[in-house]
Amino acid sequence: MNRFNQLDDIIAAISTPLGVGGIGIVRISGGGSIELVDGLFSGKNTLLSKKSHTLSYGKIIHHGEIIDEALVSVMKAPQTYTKEDIVEINCHGGSLVTRRILEAVLNEGARLAEPGEFTKRAFLNGRMDLTQAEAVIDIINSHTDLSRQAAVNQLEGRLKIEVGSMRQEILDMIASIEAVIDYPEHDVEEETYGTMEQGTLKILDRMEKLLQNADRGKIIREGLETVIVGKPNVGKSSLLNWLLEEERAIVTDIPGTTRDTVEEYINIDGIPMKIVDTAGIRETGDLVEKMGVEKSKAHAEKADLILMMLDSSRPLEAEDREILSFIQGKKTLVLLNKTDLTQALSMEELEKYIPKEQLLSVSIKENRGFEELINGLKELFFHGEGVKAEDGLLGNTRHKNALFRAKEAMEQCLITIRTRMPEDFISLDLQDANRALGEITGDVADEEIIDRIFTKFCLGK
Amino acid sequence: MMYEAGTIDVAVVGGGHAGCEAALAAARMGMKTIMFAISLDSIAMMPCNPSIGGSSKGHLVREIDALGGQMGKAIDKTYIQTKMLNTGKGPAVYSLRAQADKVKYQAEMKLTLERTPNLRIYQGEIAEILTENGKVSGVVTAAGAIFRCKAAVLCMGTFMHGRCLHGEVIVPSGPNNLMPATHLSENLKDMGIRLYRFKTGTPARILKSSLDFEKMQPQYGDENIVPFSFENTAEDIKREQLLCWLTYTNEKTHQVIRDNLHRSPLFGGVIEGTGPRYCPSIEDKVVRFADKDRHQIFIEPEGEGTEEMYIQGMSSSLPEDVQIAMYRTIPGLEHCEFTRFAYAIEYDCIDATQLKLSLEFKEYKGLFSSGQFNGSSGYEEAAAQGLIGGINAARYIQGEVPVILQRSDGYIGVLIDDLISKGSKEPYRMMTSRAEFRLLLRQDNADQRLLPIGHEIGLISQERYLALREKERLVALEIERVKGLTIAPNETTLEILEKYQSSAIKSGVRLSDLIKRPELDYEKLAPVDGERPDLPEPVKEQVNIQIKYEGYIGQQLKQVEQFKKLENRKLGDDMDYKSIQGLRIEAQQKLDAIHPSSLGQASRITGVSPADISVLLIYLEQQKRASSRDVIPNPERASSRDAIPNPASL
Repeated sequence: MNRFNQLDDIIAAISTPLGVGGIGIVRISGGGSIELVDGLFSGKNTLLSKKSHTLSYGKIIHHGEIIDEALVSVMKAPQTYTKEDIVEINCHGGSLVTRRILEAVLNEGARLAEPGEFTKRAFLNGRMDLTQAEAVIDIINSHTDLSRQAAVNQLEGRLKIEVGSMRQEILDMIASIEAVIDYPEHDVEEETYGTMEQGTLKILDRMEKLLQNADRGKIIREGLETVIVGKPNVGKSSLLNWLLEEERAIVTDIPGTTRDTVEEYINIDGIPMKIVDTAGIRETGDLVEKMGVEKSKAHAEKADLILMMLDSSRPLEAEDREILSFIQGKKTLVLLNKTDLTQALSMEELEKYIPKEQLLSVSIKENRGFEELINGLKELFFHGEGVKAEDGLLGNTRHKNALFRAKEAMEQCLITIRTRMPEDFISLDLQDANRALGEITGDVADEEIIDRIFTKFCLGK
Repeated sequence: MMYEAGTIDVAVVGGGHAGCEAALAAARMGMKTIMFAISLDSIAMMPCNPSIGGSSKGHLVREIDALGGQMGKAIDKTYIQTKMLNTGKGPAVYSLRAQADKVKYQAEMKLTLERTPNLRIYQGEIAEILTENGKVSGVVTAAGAIFRCKAAVLCMGTFMHGRCLHGEVIVPSGPNNLMPATHLSENLKDMGIRLYRFKTGTPARILKSSLDFEKMQPQYGDENIVPFSFENTAEDIKREQLLCWLTYTNEKTHQVIRDNLHRSPLFGGVIEGTGPRYCPSIEDKVVRFADKDRHQIFIEPEGEGTEEMYIQGMSSSLPEDVQIAMYRTIPGLEHCEFTRFAYAIEYDCIDATQLKLSLEFKEYKGLFSSGQFNGSSGYEEAAAQGLIGGINAARYIQGEVPVILQRSDGYIGVLIDDLISKGSKEPYRMMTSRAEFRLLLRQDNADQRLLPIGHEIGLISQERYLALREKERLVALEIERVKGLTIAPNETTLEILEKYQSSAIKSGVRLSDLIKRPELDYEKLAPVDGERPDLPEPVKEQVNIQIKYEGYIGQQLKQVEQFKKLENRKLGDDMDYKSIQGLRIEAQQKLDAIHPSSLGQASRITGVSPADISVLLIYLEQQKRASSRDVIPNPERASSRDAIPNPASL
């Protein structure tokens, strides 16, 4: 089956760089795009009734929930970038909202665009000059390489193991049905509707859990996993509160009071972040505090971003140096706090550990330096290497999309089983689910099923 | 001593199931044809199981019939038992299978060949294929007769350097002790054609009078029989059916096998060929599934005019004394007398990726290849390829585009696409799970799918074609009526619903919605449908299936639509993949080796990634624009040799 490269279905993607600026644009292209977005759009008029190249104001509503207010531009074929109908949803809720809108669009039947696919279509539909063909091929290939790199990361690795194991169970069910169909007179033990229903429910349950996790933590709400480090009493909780703009963690002057790891989700100027407050990295004999330190180290190990607090009114101490060498080479911003006081910190020494552009002067007390922090983040993530982070998130949405379709197929399978449709139809639903999961793990099903039939059952004349 | 023996259009090399269909198709399409066989007594021989059809193979036979082939008609005339299998499993996998009278089947097919105008059968081994400038120009028999021809279809089955083995006995032989073909392999290798070595096997035949049927379970045929050929009705072919029998191996059987494994050429490493997983010998089964305490054994008659019985499930290459010992451990076979021993056979076949989807060799114009020689297994798989090979040999001579069935057209399309795009590392068996659109490729609608093609190429009569159109008209009319009909919740209706334990209705419900309920169907609802016209059985069947599974069918039709978009992007034979920038090296090599005919086929080649397909898309667009800059105004380039378009099918 051709799982890729469909030529004229509806594709969608976020077309603004993630986290840059306060506005996000979701672009949808393909015949039927306007009708599709109409299903989510609530404004004065329907989009379909609008003239080409106009903007409409309204709300984006999915499953009864208002996601955001948006300006929607409607551009009708052929005077568009891809020469197909294009709709662009301009929302202003930052990347979290943008992604929720994208997911709503995907739920309505669009497919997530492959890297470079809008450009590919523009070219194939005669929109671009011949000399640009090579550039298009470069885009396709470079993105393929990047997503291959992304595939190595831990999160995806875990996802693939779980998805892979669900596939094995589905394959077993398919093989059982297919063996009976292809060898009608062999005494292959037939699965009953009861056991098939049990199996389907079990897999559905696993899929739901996976999707929920994806929703709650990993994909929707989790952006950059951020760890705040620094020796005790340097103002880490104040930093968190500063970021949160509300008092959640207890701020105190006694070292070691912030014992439990506190997680908070925030969205700074469109950049989604999950901040893990730490118990301070230091050697300690106190058991409770020790656990906190271990946890901090573990968090720092897998964090996307490390924010280190330093007190610029005091010279570097052994503890600071230990932390600095621990975080060296990681994506780090060092915040030099208390710039309102007399400066005692040696910048020269500090720059041996951390590049100058990652050192930011702030004063939490006087609420100075927030802009610098935002700019530092954007610099660190959304230019140069920043693309990688974007690709990772894109990959996640794609996986989620595939998982969602697999779940739909399994739900259909449950109906097929419960209405006692013949086994053939159950197998077809299972094969749909299997194919969708295969898009996550990168496996193709056809020979696999036949291999499974013959390893599982003794068949033949 | 060589001599000029004459000039013909098509030479068919081999007289098995592929050869018969190839020869008949070519001759019926007006080609002067000769079918060569090592022995004319082996025409249409079934050297293994005495049956035609079964899961997915039954589909193939129906498709062969719809295209104008012979297999379905021959088995309808010579069956001794018939069954529709899988009737509980969904309409797509209903499978027709018939036990054959082997001798009668062969005689029937031979007579058909003999009586077909333009066709001559000829006993002789072809030793050499003649070519001129990359085109076939003739064939030469081992006795030196040179036949000049325009096209040839290779259908040598398992005869090429055949070698039969059981125990220590290893003899050069074709199937069933026939002479092997010993010359042609070398000739083909000299022509640069790559050969593989495959293996298969067959069980022993046992004298019926030596069996004790008291200890076995009888297996009956269906009372309501369904013919293979769309031209026959059940009435036409009704006859007395014979019984088959079921028994089982046991621990004693397995012990005999385990004790003697060292004497098997298979486990001793003497056999070089690759055997099929789906056709394992009994020793294979006992070794691989050691925890199974018994295996099914079916006892099937080889025909009405013989006492020989085929012992399905006991294929083996163990020595004769071991075979006798192990067979006699089986209930009912304690005193069995062997007429023929089980054996394994090894043979040369080709790597089918050397062929185009038309079954023509990429390197030799007019040279086609079909059947088991292409790496498939099974009579039906062979016949299907033979038919396509014969048709395309004729169309090649006629100067017409070849007939290429897509995966969405039929199992034949799946079979050939799999063989040609992926090649096979073991004998290829058709299976329903290989057909991704199987809900559309049912055995009941093979006529709707393929008969118009058979008609267009001249293998199906106008009369038969019109009959199909009439059937389709009646089906459409009746579906429309049923969809528009509302059934009231009156007494009759409620009674019928209760009878089939279907929930009662409170207000009027469309008949089509009732038909969709799993526990009901078109036939069961006849009593509530007072105005129902009297329709032929096949029409009723279509109405029921098309309404009942409408949603699922619609879903697959959508998938087919998507699928066809890439299939319709043709890739020319002259593509130079090694020069296309952006393709990964592995993809370049694979594409260069297989030279797919469309982007769709390219996407199915192992080692070609979605990104590679995107690169090809861009490349095609580049080429198109470059050529449209030339003076030729026609955007449709000549390189896309298209197959006959498939008429709207369902």
